[in-house]
Amino acid sequence: MSGEIIKSLIVPPHPHPVLCPEKNEGWQKIRDAYDEARRQIEESDADLIIIYSTLWPSVIGHQIQADPNPEWVMVDADFHDLGSIHYSLKIDTDFAHAWNKANISRGLESRTVAYDGFPVDVGSVVALELLNPNNRIPAVICSTNVYSNRAETTVLAKSCLDVIKAQGKKAVAVSVMSLSNRMFTEPIEPHEDRIHSLKDDEWNQKILEFLSEGRLEDIGQLSRTIHDQIRVKKVVAFKPMWWLSAMNENRNDLTGKVLAYEAIHGAGAAVVVLDPQSNGTGDKEYDEDDVDFYGGDRNVLDSSEDEIESTPLNSGPALYDPVEGKTAVNTDKAPKPVGAYPHARKEGDLIYLSGVGPRQPGDNSIPGGPIKDKAGNPLNYDIKAQTRAVVDNIARILEEAGSSLDNVIDVTSFLVDMDRDFSGYNEVWAETLGKVGPTRTTLAIRALPTPIAVEMKVIVKV
Amino acid sequence: MAKGSIVAGCLAPHPPHLVYADNPEQNEPVSEGGWEQLRWGYERLRESLKDVDYDVIVVLSPHWQTYVGTHFIGVEKCSSKSVDPVFPNLFRFNYDLTIDVELARAIHDQAKSEGMSVKMMENPDFRVDYGTIVSCHMVRPEWDKPIVSISSNRSLSYYSVEVMQEMMMELGRSTAKAIEESGKKCVLLASNSLSHRHFVTETNPPEDMSKEHITSHAMHLGDMRMIDLMRSGKSQQIINEMPEFCDQAIAESDGGALTWLLSAMGVPSQPATLHGYGTIIGTGNAIMEWPCHTWGEQ
Ligand SMILES: [Fe+2]
Repeated sequence: MSGEIIKSLIVPPHPHPVLCPEKNEGWQKIRDAYDEARRQIEESDADLIIIYSTLWPSVIGHQIQADPNPEWVMVDADFHDLGSIHYSLKIDTDFAHAWNKANISRGLESRTVAYDGFPVDVGSVVALELLNPNNRIPAVICSTNVYSNRAETTVLAKSCLDVIKAQGKKAVAVSVMSLSNRMFTEPIEPHEDRIHSLKDDEWNQKILEFLSEGRLEDIGQLSRTIHDQIRVKKVVAFKPMWWLSAMNENRNDLTGKVLAYEAIHGAGAAVVVLDPQSNGTGDKEYDEDDVDFYGGDRNVLDSSEDEIESTPLNSGPALYDPVEGKTAVNTDKAPKPVGAYPHARKEGDLIYLSGVGPRQPGDNSIPGGPIKDKAGNPLNYDIKAQTRAVVDNIARILEEAGSSLDNVIDVTSFLVDMDRDFSGYNEVWAETLGKVGPTRTTLAIRALPTPIAVEMKVIVKV
Repeated sequence: MAKGSIVAGCLAPHPPHLVYADNPEQNEPVSEGGWEQLRWGYERLRESLKDVDYDVIVVLSPHWQTYVGTHFIGVEKCSSKSVDPVFPNLFRFNYDLTIDVELARAIHDQAKSEGMSVKMMENPDFRVDYGTIVSCHMVRPEWDKPIVSISSNRSLSYYSVEVMQEMMMELGRSTAKAIEESGKKCVLLASNSLSHRHFVTETNPPEDMSKEHITSHAMHLGDMRMIDLMRSGKSQQIINEMPEFCDQAIAESDGGALTWLLSAMGVPSQPATLHGYGTIIGTGNAIMEWPCHTWGEQ
C-alpha cells in the first residue's frame, strides 16, 4: 500500500468564522476560504484528516485523541459571547493507536486519550467543523507538547508518516494556528478588526509569500525567528511549521496557494493549501540534523536503576571489543562487535568487512528504532533509517581503512523481513551504494543477533 | 450594612493530582493516594479556616486563560464535568457549583471604573476550569459556599511581568474595594504553583511517590526564597522579586494570581502561615494562609 500526504493546510483557530462570519468582511473571507479548502478535500480521495493543534498543549509528551466519538459543547475562553459550538467528531482510532505506537518506537513520549467529556480544543473543533462537516472522513488530533523542540516535533511527523504509509492512507495534514498571534487586549467592534501592528502584518505577508511559493521547509527553518518577531509567548511556540514541513519530508518545492489572509481580533489568520505536486523550483537545504529517532532529554524522572534499564541497546547479546590483528581494521566510530571479530581485514588490495548493521557507535541505539522490544513484541521501525545507518557505518569503517564507499565492489545484504522492507531498503540503496554500482545479493534470513532488520557484508578495494 | 472584608487569603495550588489522590466521589479516576505532604497541608488549612465565618470564596486561576482582559463567570449555577486536557487520566470531575454573580459583577464594575479591560462570562455552556475546581475543592470540599471565578489575563504574554503586576495590583485593589462595599466576608484563593518546570514523563502509577522530587536545585531555591518572604511578611519584596522569580523558576505566579492576592490584602506585612510544601510532577507547591481576620481594623 502506498499511503501519502495528499494535501497540507494551515488554518486559523478562532471561532469567528464558524459562529459569526457575517459580522466582518474579513471573517467572511476566512469562512469562504475554509469552505474552498473543504471542497478541495471533498474532491480529493482523502480518507483521513490529521490535526496538529497549537491550542491543545500537553506536558507528558504528545497526546493523541483516541475516543471514537468525542462529543461536547465547546465555548471559547475569550470569545464565549459569540456562542457555543456543539461538536461530535469521528476519530480514526486505529490510526491514533498506531501513531502512538510509532511515536514510542521512535523514542518519543506519547499516549492516547479517550475520555468522555474530554475538552477538544477550540482550534481542532473549528477546523473539523469547517473542513469536515458531518464527519465525512475520520480525523485524528494530536497535541502540541509545550517542551518539545524541533527534533522531537520532526520525529513526531515521521512516525505519523510511518503509519500513513503502513496503512495506505491518503491523508490531509492540518496545522491549526495563527500567524502573528497578538490579539487586541480590549474588546473591539467587528468593524474595527485589523492586524494588530504593521510589523505583524509585514511578517505575515513574508510568511505567506514563502508559502505561496511552496517553500514550507524554509518557513520551518525560520520558525524560531518568526516566533521571536511576531509571536506573543503563549504556551506553545511557532512549532506547527516544523511538524508540517516534516510531514512533507522537508520539501521546499510544494505547490502553495493562499486562499485568504485576514485579521481575527488582531491576530493573523490565513487559510493556506499546499499540494505535493512539485512546482519545479527551489531545492531544500536542511539546516539541522535530520533526526529519525528521538533520544533527547526524556529521563528527568529516572533513578540510576532506570538508567540501566533504559540503556538504548534495546537488549541483545554482549558486546566485544573488536579483535586486534596485523591486518585488522578497527574503529571507535563503528558499533562494537557482538562476537570476537574485527570490524574489517585488509588482505592485499582488498578489504573484507564483518557484517555491518545500523547500531550506533557509543550508545548502541538503533536509528529508525529496534524491530522488537525486550519482551520480544514487534515494534514499528523505519527500514530506511536503518539502511542509511548501515551505509554510514560502512563508510566510517572504510575511512579508517583508508578507503571509501566509492570503492565498494560486492555487497551481500540480509533482511529479516523481505516483504515489508525490500522497497525501503532498495530506495536507500539507490540513493547511496546504488550510485557506486557494486554487485549485490539480497537474502531474507530469520533473524540477526540484535533487534535490527538489515545487515550488509561488504568487499571493497583499497 | 457592615463593611465586607477579606477574612483570609490563601496560596492554594491546583495540580489535579491532589484531587485525584484524595478520591472524592465527584472525580472519576481512582488512586492509591500520593502527594500526602500537600494533602495534609490542605487539611491543616481547612482546620485553620474551620471556625472562620465567611460567605464567599474568590479564586483566580491560571487555567482560565484570557487574552482579551480579565473575565468573571456570570452564570449562577454551573454544573458539568471538568476534564483536564493535560492530565485527563487524573482529573474528570463532576461539579455542581454556585457562583456569587452579584459579587463577581461588583468586582467587574469596580475594575472597569478603574479603566481595566474586563468582561462578564454569561454563556451557560461554559466549563469551569480545573484550576478553579481543584483549589476550591481542596479548601472547601463541601462546596457549600458560592464562589467568584476570575480568569487569568495573560498580560504577561503581551507585555512583561512588571506590567502584568501593575494590572494585578489594580485588580486586587478593585477586588478589595468591591468586597468591602458588598458587606460580604470572603476567602481569597490564588490558585497557582510556585516553580513550574514539569517532568515530561509520568510514573506508573502516577502516584508513585518514589519518583516525586523537584526538577532542579535552582527551582528549590526559588521556592524556598518565596516561602521565606511570605512567612516573614515581606509582601512588597515578593512583588519586587516577581519578575526574577517568574523568569528563573518558570513560576506559575506569572498568571498574576499571587500578585492579585497580595494587593487585595493591602500588601500585608503580617506573616503568612505555611501549611505545607511539596512537589507535584516536579513543580513546587506551597499552601499558605494569611489569616486576615486576626489582624483587626487597619
Ligand atoms: Fe497549573
